[in-house]
Amino acid sequence: MDRTQVTSYIKKLGPLIGLIALFIIISLLNNSFLEIANLKNLFRQVSINAIIAFGMTFVILTAGIDLSVGSMLALSGAVMAELIVTGMNPMLAIIVACLLGLFLGAINGFLISYGRIAPFIATLATMTIYRGATLVFTNGNPISSLTTDHAFRAFGRGDLLGIPIPAITMFIIFFVLWFVLQKTSLGRHTYAVGGSEKVSFIAGIKINRVKIFAYALTGLLCAIAGAIITSRLNSAQPTAGAGYELDAIAAVVLGGTSLSGGKGHIVGTLIGALIIGTLNNGLNILDVSSFYQQIVKGLVILFAVLADRKKA
Amino acid sequence: MEIVMTGIAKSFGTNEVLKDVNICLKPGRVHALMGENGAGKSTLMNILTGLHQADKGHITADGKEIRFHSPHEAEDYGITFIHQELNIWPNLSLLENLYMMRPKRSRWGTLDKASMRREAKQRCQELGIDLPLDNEAGDCSVGQQQMIEILRILMVNAKVVIMDEPTAALTERETATLFRIMRQLKAKNVAIVYISHRMEEVFSECDDITIMRDGHTIRSCPISDISANEVVKDMVGRAIDDFYPERTTTPGQTVLAVNNLEPQGHFKPISFTLRKGEILGVAGLMGAGRTEIMRALFGLDKQEGGTITLNGKTITLHSPSEAIKAGIAFITEDRKSEGLLLDFSIAQNITLPTLERICDSPIMKQSRLWDFAKKLSDKLHVKTQSISLPVSALSGGNQQKVVIAKWIGLSPSIIIMDEPTRGIDIGAKRDIYDLINTLTDQGVSIIMVSSELPEVLGMSDRIMVIHEGAVAGIVDRKDATPESIMSLATGGE
Repeated sequence: MDRTQVTSYIKKLGPLIGLIALFIIISLLNNSFLEIANLKNLFRQVSINAIIAFGMTFVILTAGIDLSVGSMLALSGAVMAELIVTGMNPMLAIIVACLLGLFLGAINGFLISYGRIAPFIATLATMTIYRGATLVFTNGNPISSLTTDHAFRAFGRGDLLGIPIPAITMFIIFFVLWFVLQKTSLGRHTYAVGGSEKVSFIAGIKINRVKIFAYALTGLLCAIAGAIITSRLNSAQPTAGAGYELDAIAAVVLGGTSLSGGKGHIVGTLIGALIIGTLNNGLNILDVSSFYQQIVKGLVILFAVLADRKKA
Repeated sequence: MEIVMTGIAKSFGTNEVLKDVNICLKPGRVHALMGENGAGKSTLMNILTGLHQADKGHITADGKEIRFHSPHEAEDYGITFIHQELNIWPNLSLLENLYMMRPKRSRWGTLDKASMRREAKQRCQELGIDLPLDNEAGDCSVGQQQMIEILRILMVNAKVVIMDEPTAALTERETATLFRIMRQLKAKNVAIVYISHRMEEVFSECDDITIMRDGHTIRSCPISDISANEVVKDMVGRAIDDFYPERTTTPGQTVLAVNNLEPQGHFKPISFTLRKGEILGVAGLMGAGRTEIMRALFGLDKQEGGTITLNGKTITLHSPSEAIKAGIAFITEDRKSEGLLLDFSIAQNITLPTLERICDSPIMKQSRLWDFAKKLSDKLHVKTQSISLPVSALSGGNQQKVVIAKWIGLSPSIIIMDEPTRGIDIGAKRDIYDLINTLTDQGVSIIMVSSELPEVLGMSDRIMVIHEGAVAGIVDRKDATPESIMSLATGGE
């Protein structure tokens, strides 16, 4: 193994080492951190952000960004809740919500690829539009007491073999997307488009399709995350998901994916989401004021990115 | 100021660009610097103005040894370079561009716009030109942008002005203005270096001439001592030895017919044909529009008119993926930004356009991809320890082989190669020439755009010469001489 390989391994392992260090430090400071109940709670919290961040990874690998994730989550969640309230089978409602998310994401993709609007601007606009649509749809009120359907409630809060179902959902999605990214030509093309649109275009890659896929996928994942939240609370909030885009982007960046596209991997994103979740959970357990929590989170992100630069 | 450069040598890596160059620039005279693309003209001038440092040789100004470490330093000394690609900020006004690096400040340290405007206007008046100083530079014509560069160097009291192909993008009127200003500069005892391919301008505007070839000074004399024919001979004068493999393929029937194709930009309709197994060389000066024609042919740029007939069928190409489907491949001239994904491995680059074809499915089959990439990289003699290494670790010649491998993997029937051997060493060049011949033996037709005349003459079955966006002529190999091609390329008879 030569030196470049060693450094590339360290680079890949960096976030994981950070996560383990974080686990050790927090568990030393407070031994209730490692209790099963807390860990289950941790994974429940992480799963929402991680699922969104998986989609964001695809988007950022194409050198894009999606600011509208929180709004897509809220809108699809609200529509799903309304459908359930009006008597639709909850499982069917989840599927409809997923299709809606897919559609909302595809709109982003079309604006960015065929419309040639900068991703930041396009999704900034749809972030506002989708949020507005949610408020109009819900009249600004939460949609509550949806159902007593057990299967539906379990989707957000149940366990299977002692593991929270949202975490299982997260891992299934993780493996599917890992496969897509590493083992399919679509995944390879995603990296290629982010590496150089010019080279990819000349090589005959249909770059618009690759981009639309990335954004549509993100929309779908937001809908799934929205379904988990709605199921857990048994209610849909019109303000759900506000600010989630920042946590998702932070998870991707912490995981070592380059914001300029073409470089990174979804394993890193999972670790990044776990780091953010662990920080949130750990700082709460340690009774750190939520004001300080924000400062710590910001510092961790800065430190991680700086460390990444040094090695490069 | 009299500049004397003696015994200048310069290498970039293993590439010896300048071997022994001598030139003397006299005040109040316009000195033409001529030579083929790649002869070393720009490098020489970049050494004079401090962008590069000479490996060997001396530069003196009025007898005093000089050596600059940056173009800025050279400018302070009065030696200025107006590049072909103008250094402008397109988003700023002409006035702001003019004073960008040397702004005038008021007593308070703020920018003194009024006095800058006053001075600029006065300078314009002196030169007898009219410039829209407040317009964004990007919206102005190349001629106007160039005038800003000239104004700028006049403000630093330039004693030596180097102009690289200054008229390449100017209209006739702008050219006339430029020449008038050059004469004014001459009258002020400024020494001017005029790099150009345009024979007519050189003979009407210049006093002295230096001709370079392969990093050597071939001749340096007053312009009155030389004829246009002698200039061309000096520029191209090397023998084409057996460096180029013998052509054994006899071209078959016509596979591609391009009729009145109109690429984007200033072009006259382009027509030509390509036969099975033929190499069609495309010659012309830089900026003549060769690349643009090829981009239109590949569906990269919009085609504004004309028809492309492939194997008897008229086709319209809107994108590279359609061209690829039709069996056309395009090896672009800029391998770094258009040909390769530098972070990808050699294998990943080679298989990029062919993933689904190799695997017959959207799911990648690693071993098939590996075998495919390995076979091609061996076929092209890519020198590397492993094809899993990033392509950025390879030398230029080997990178170019990877680009070619990538396209050959598609088994195209027509390959467009734009400067296929630019910036690569002799060994790799020879490998590529052999490969081109093998391909044509197998019935692949090749369009080879090249700025290296010997390469075009040595490899092509026919040569199409482009001059200012039009086909100046298509010459059979047996009738082609360096002189006849160069003459067509420069718009001569």
